[in-house]
Amino acid sequence: MLSSVRTLWLTFLHMFHRRETVQYPEQKPYLSPRYRGRIILSRDPDGAERCVSCNLCAAVCPVDCISLQKTEDQGRWYPEYFRINFSRCIFCGLCEEACPTYAIQLTPDFEMSEYERPNLVYEKEDLLISGTGKYPDYNFYRIAGMAVPGKDKGTAEREDPPVDIHSLLP
Amino acid sequence: MTIGFGIFQIIVSLFVLLSTAAFLTWVERRLLAVWQDRYGPNRVGPFGLLQAVADGVKMLFKQDWTPPFADRPVFVLAPAIGMVTVLLGFAVIPVTSGWSLAGGLNVGVLFFLAMTSLGVYSVVLAGWASNNKFALLGGMRAAAQMVSYEVFMGLSLLGTVMLAHSFSLSDIVLAQTHLWFIVPQFLGFVTFLLAGIAETHRLPFDLPEGENELGAGFHTEYSGMKFGMFFIAEYAGIVLIAAMVTTLFLGGWLGPVLPPLVWFVLKTGVLICFFILLRAALPRPRYDQLMAFGWKVLLPVCLLNVAVTGAVMLLVSP
Repeated sequence: MLSSVRTLWLTFLHMFHRRETVQYPEQKPYLSPRYRGRIILSRDPDGAERCVSCNLCAAVCPVDCISLQKTEDQGRWYPEYFRINFSRCIFCGLCEEACPTYAIQLTPDFEMSEYERPNLVYEKEDLLISGTGKYPDYNFYRIAGMAVPGKDKGTAEREDPPVDIHSLLP
Repeated sequence: MTIGFGIFQIIVSLFVLLSTAAFLTWVERRLLAVWQDRYGPNRVGPFGLLQAVADGVKMLFKQDWTPPFADRPVFVLAPAIGMVTVLLGFAVIPVTSGWSLAGGLNVGVLFFLAMTSLGVYSVVLAGWASNNKFALLGGMRAAAQMVSYEVFMGLSLLGTVMLAHSFSLSDIVLAQTHLWFIVPQFLGFVTFLLAGIAETHRLPFDLPEGENELGAGFHTEYSGMKFGMFFIAEYAGIVLIAAMVTTLFLGGWLGPVLPPLVWFVLKTGVLICFFILLRAALPRPRYDQLMAFGWKVLLPVCLLNVAVTGAVMLLVSP
């Protein structure tokens, strides 16, 4: 009985406490850069698409919300279409971890509600941004040993020239 | 008093009551928020004042669905019974000496008790007509709870009636001119308050609605405005109990300086806020604890109160 009265009094005292509510639309919360919000596709510093459509993101996705198709242009791979169904996505971030080229990234933007469910299916045009996202300097084709227009084998950064495996010379 | 003034009074009372009950939904949410360090509804209109209107509009336009397995006439009737009994209960409350529908009714207390007892039908019929096990269980629990708390609700008023020598609520208020009955009848005040909270099945005694074991309880199957009527009836019930406590134990409209109406509204308002504080602070007891508390603690206390009051009156009076 006494404890009930004490509870009443202590609850009443909360009238004079500070309120903890975050008035959301006016008062935005700070979300760290590694917050797992809206998914984007980034570009490399040259402005080309980073995604090489290796399908690792789609393979690792636990809810199978990523769908893409590879196509090739002068030795470079890029996705013909890239589609994320955000009504399925659980924002686990596994796609970002699986991506070998830092192309797919999760951003702190979480305000992506829609009135129509089909609007939550994002196509490549909706996903692709013009910047590099969280990794400003990374350029996959400059580091990888692939031959692409303007770069032969062995001329990538930190890459040794190709070895002639048929030669006996040291 | 002319008939015309009477009808005017009825219309004004009805309007004030219903708007107060609707407004209370906002007050309660704001107050609960204050006691939980939140803001509560503050978006619709200034300070969220139009929240009640928004809720009402939503209720009206929601699909009002009657389940095919329900007993339709009873299902529709049940919320109306709850509403009507609560509203009828207000008839006997004297707001001031000049403003009351039937404040001078010589069996006012009995009429009030009768109306609150009839409120049981609302929940029991709602639970039964829903034809749903959880609703039926909720209705049965409501019935058992309300009947047991009804017993000593009447008994807790006996001391007041003995001191005032009248069943009329106006006379009871006038008998408190020098001393509010909360002082000589403190036990009666506490027991009536608890019984009143249980009668309106307010928290912490809201066991007919215990959502963790019963779904929503007796109104599981209700939707739209029929659900809204249970809701409004509950809030009107709070106002009714608060007004009754004010009338019986806190001197009704009596008070210095301020006009009588202000005193009545002030006392009732403070009590309503106290009811909301109870909701914010106390956990819900288990159902058997509720019944045991009613029968084993409050009923003996009430009987003791009646006996002691009678004995003291016999000793003091010549």
